[in-house]
Amino acid sequence: MKKKAPFPLVRTIASWFIALLLFFPLFWLGITAFKTEGQAIAGHLFFSPTLASFVEVQARSDYLHYAFNSLITSVVSTVLGLLIAAPAAYSMAFFRTKKTRDILMWMLSTKMMPAVGALVPIYVMAQTTGMLDSLPALIIVFTLSNLPIMVWMLYSAFKEVPNDILEAVRLDGATVWDEFRHAILPLTMGGIASTGLLCLVLAWNEAFWSLNLTSANAGTLAALIAQYSSPEGLFWAKLSAASLLAIAPIIVFGWFSQKQLVQGLTFGAVK
Amino acid sequence: MSRFLPRALMAPAVVTLFAWMIVPLVMTIYFSLIHYNLNQPGEHGFVGLENFRYFITDPDFWPSVLQTLELLGWVIVITVVMGVGLALLINEPFPGQGIVRVLLISPFFVMPTVNALLWKHMMMNPIYGVLGRVWTFFGATPVDWMTDWPLLSVIIILAWQWLPFACLIFITSLQSLDREQMEAARMDGATKLHQFWYLTLPHLGRSIAVVVMIEMIFLMSVFAEIFTTTSGGPGNASTNLAFLIYKQALMSFDVGVASAGALFAVVLANIAAVFLIRMVGKNLD
Amino acid sequence: MAFLELKNIVKEFGPVRTIKGIDLQIEKREFIVFVGPSGCGKSTLLRLIAGLESVTAGTISLDGRDITEVPSSKRDLAMVFQSYALYPHMTVFDNMSFALKLAKVDVAVRKEKVERAAKILNLTQYLQRTPKELSGGQRQRVAIGRAIVRAPKVFLFDEPLSNLDAALRGQTRVEIANLHRDLGATTIYVTHDQIEAMTLADRVVVLRDGLIEQVGSPLELYDRPANQFVAQFIGTPQMNVLAAAALPELTRIAGARLPADGSVGVRPEYVRVVAAGQGIPAKVELVESLGSDTLIHSRVGANVPLVSRQSERTTLKLGDAVGVEIDPSALLFFDSQGRALREMQRAA
Repeated sequence: MKKKAPFPLVRTIASWFIALLLFFPLFWLGITAFKTEGQAIAGHLFFSPTLASFVEVQARSDYLHYAFNSLITSVVSTVLGLLIAAPAAYSMAFFRTKKTRDILMWMLSTKMMPAVGALVPIYVMAQTTGMLDSLPALIIVFTLSNLPIMVWMLYSAFKEVPNDILEAVRLDGATVWDEFRHAILPLTMGGIASTGLLCLVLAWNEAFWSLNLTSANAGTLAALIAQYSSPEGLFWAKLSAASLLAIAPIIVFGWFSQKQLVQGLTFGAVK
Repeated sequence: MSRFLPRALMAPAVVTLFAWMIVPLVMTIYFSLIHYNLNQPGEHGFVGLENFRYFITDPDFWPSVLQTLELLGWVIVITVVMGVGLALLINEPFPGQGIVRVLLISPFFVMPTVNALLWKHMMMNPIYGVLGRVWTFFGATPVDWMTDWPLLSVIIILAWQWLPFACLIFITSLQSLDREQMEAARMDGATKLHQFWYLTLPHLGRSIAVVVMIEMIFLMSVFAEIFTTTSGGPGNASTNLAFLIYKQALMSFDVGVASAGALFAVVLANIAAVFLIRMVGKNLD
Repeated sequence: MAFLELKNIVKEFGPVRTIKGIDLQIEKREFIVFVGPSGCGKSTLLRLIAGLESVTAGTISLDGRDITEVPSSKRDLAMVFQSYALYPHMTVFDNMSFALKLAKVDVAVRKEKVERAAKILNLTQYLQRTPKELSGGQRQRVAIGRAIVRAPKVFLFDEPLSNLDAALRGQTRVEIANLHRDLGATTIYVTHDQIEAMTLADRVVVLRDGLIEQVGSPLELYDRPANQFVAQFIGTPQMNVLAAAALPELTRIAGARLPADGSVGVRPEYVRVVAAGQGIPAKVELVESLGSDTLIHSRVGANVPLVSRQSERTTLKLGDAVGVEIDPSALLFFDSQGRALREMQRAA
């Protein structure tokens, strides 16, 4: 049809332009983190970088405390979630019954309940049990919020194991536990890891419950950043520094878990 | 063994999720029917549908419903239209395609509060923000986004965050588009536009539906972005349903009314969820 | 001036030269089959004719018109793809009428043409179904129907039967042959299956490594192959080819025609297995009874394998000592480069 395949010049330029444009806010945030407040106000592209703002953020608002909270809540809720979800997913994938499909659908539907619908009861319960502003409360809420996604993704991962392999292992004399340890686990390690990763990301970024259930003690990074909403004095570089630290690792994780993201967040409706 | 083991394995997940679903729901229904204000402990009389009436007649109610829908509508339209366009643009190979994809994906992983403040202070501040500087560069007066266009500002923030999601979904979908079909269409005399309209778009139909549903469900209860930027204001200009409920619960401390509102929101969300569940269900096996 | 003419066609994909220089003339109403091993370039050649790839050098002309630079949509050609490439979201009717719709043909005319094609292909009851709801064979017919409706100058088929099971393949082969007879359309058909080539073609083009090895009618290729490659590619089971020096008895059978260094070929049906003591001594290795034919694999002389074909059943088994007789008039000779030396005189 054409003389020769044209080097996609227009497409390349357009794609790069749009990508850079859309990424720009993050880029701007990134460089502002390495400025002093004075440089931040001036807003130049070229400057001599400094770590002053990072230091200030830690000194003024005890950044590490919040980061620690974020880390603890994300990791513990993910591990807890996996421990609860894995057996269920295993059961649904390998001991399938007529009701399995309905149960799975029901589990997914609980995820679709808007968080604000549970805000009041959860808040009241937390208040009455004295668990407001406590890490365990957040951990429980995170675990339950992500449980449906975990069950779903682990179920998908388990289902991918080819039946032939299981039959071969059984013929070789494996017990149920052997089967799990030697056949299923190695084959689904990737799926389990990416499920964990995705839920780690979701818990880390979680803002709704963090903002409402916590304060200085159990606040996560999401809450810390929110404090910069209407601060006094110059705060730009500090905001950028705090934000950069909060989002950078997650963005990197996100780059590696793209496929799982699609699967997990659309509940598999798009392959 | 045959019936016990599977059930035992599923029990923890099923039981906890069931509790997570039922307990708040029952409590919400209960609260919505009584008078319960955190500032007035002890007075828990039954008030019937009074809370509902109060919630619906709140002057902020209808604006927040409308704004919720506006928010939803605009973000969905922007993300779907731009998402499809972007997906088509970057789907064919070109130099740096991998990096471009990574750049485009990034906003989705940004924490909502960071996202909100990034835009509120770094981009949209009329004096120091990037947009303000660009406006001044072209000789125009910078726009005070948060004050003059609060809802639009929130829409921009959300669209920026969700565009990568839509784009990713569409790219995934496009990759399963059959090449030979396109060649057959070429032989049948189809131009690129024909191919897009008759073949690509129908193929994308399903993923567009999924994106719309998912965004509807998640965006309906947007909270953090509004909380951190405009606090629903000025006035109630950028309040949505979720924020209104929050206002009632944790600012007016009226748990009863807030619960009534929450039930309302839950019903709305369930309607969208029913359709999504059906679509996912078709795909399960 | 031939109906479709390819002159010196060369196609390069980057540094790889897939088509190395092809000249071909095709007459109107001919059924031409491109056949060859995988990677020989037959599909690429078809796609060049279709306009789905552009030539690196050379010209293509159709009915007097140079179409080398003309886009696919304007070449007036229709193609049936290996995977059918049906439009999944359209009904059979819409699939078949798509091209006409794009050409803004009148609705009534479209309907009439589609219904006519559907009748020929027995698709009338499926017109409102979508491809998902059809079987493989039905989808295949829709793909053919899509091509017929356009009444193009040339039909192009890209390995259309390879996705069908054996029974359906045989049946559809016959249907395609009948279609060609009834419609009389010029057809180019690509396949790796030489049986399809032999049964469907007016002329066969054997390709290897981007070049034409031989063009001719199926029986021409069978009886007078131009080289060893064609000789062994056409014909099942494969022609027996031995090095000239492999079997001392060959000198006696072939006489002066035997090349000094080269090879001798003989088709299995001209090799007869007889009782031990007659002919060349041999030992039976394997007997394949197909019902209609029996193939006897044996070893002669210093470990030379020979396959013989006969229509009678046999009671021979592994290890039996037998004799092998070769019809001297059925021998083909090839030089050290594999080129055919003297043509076989024997008729069928």
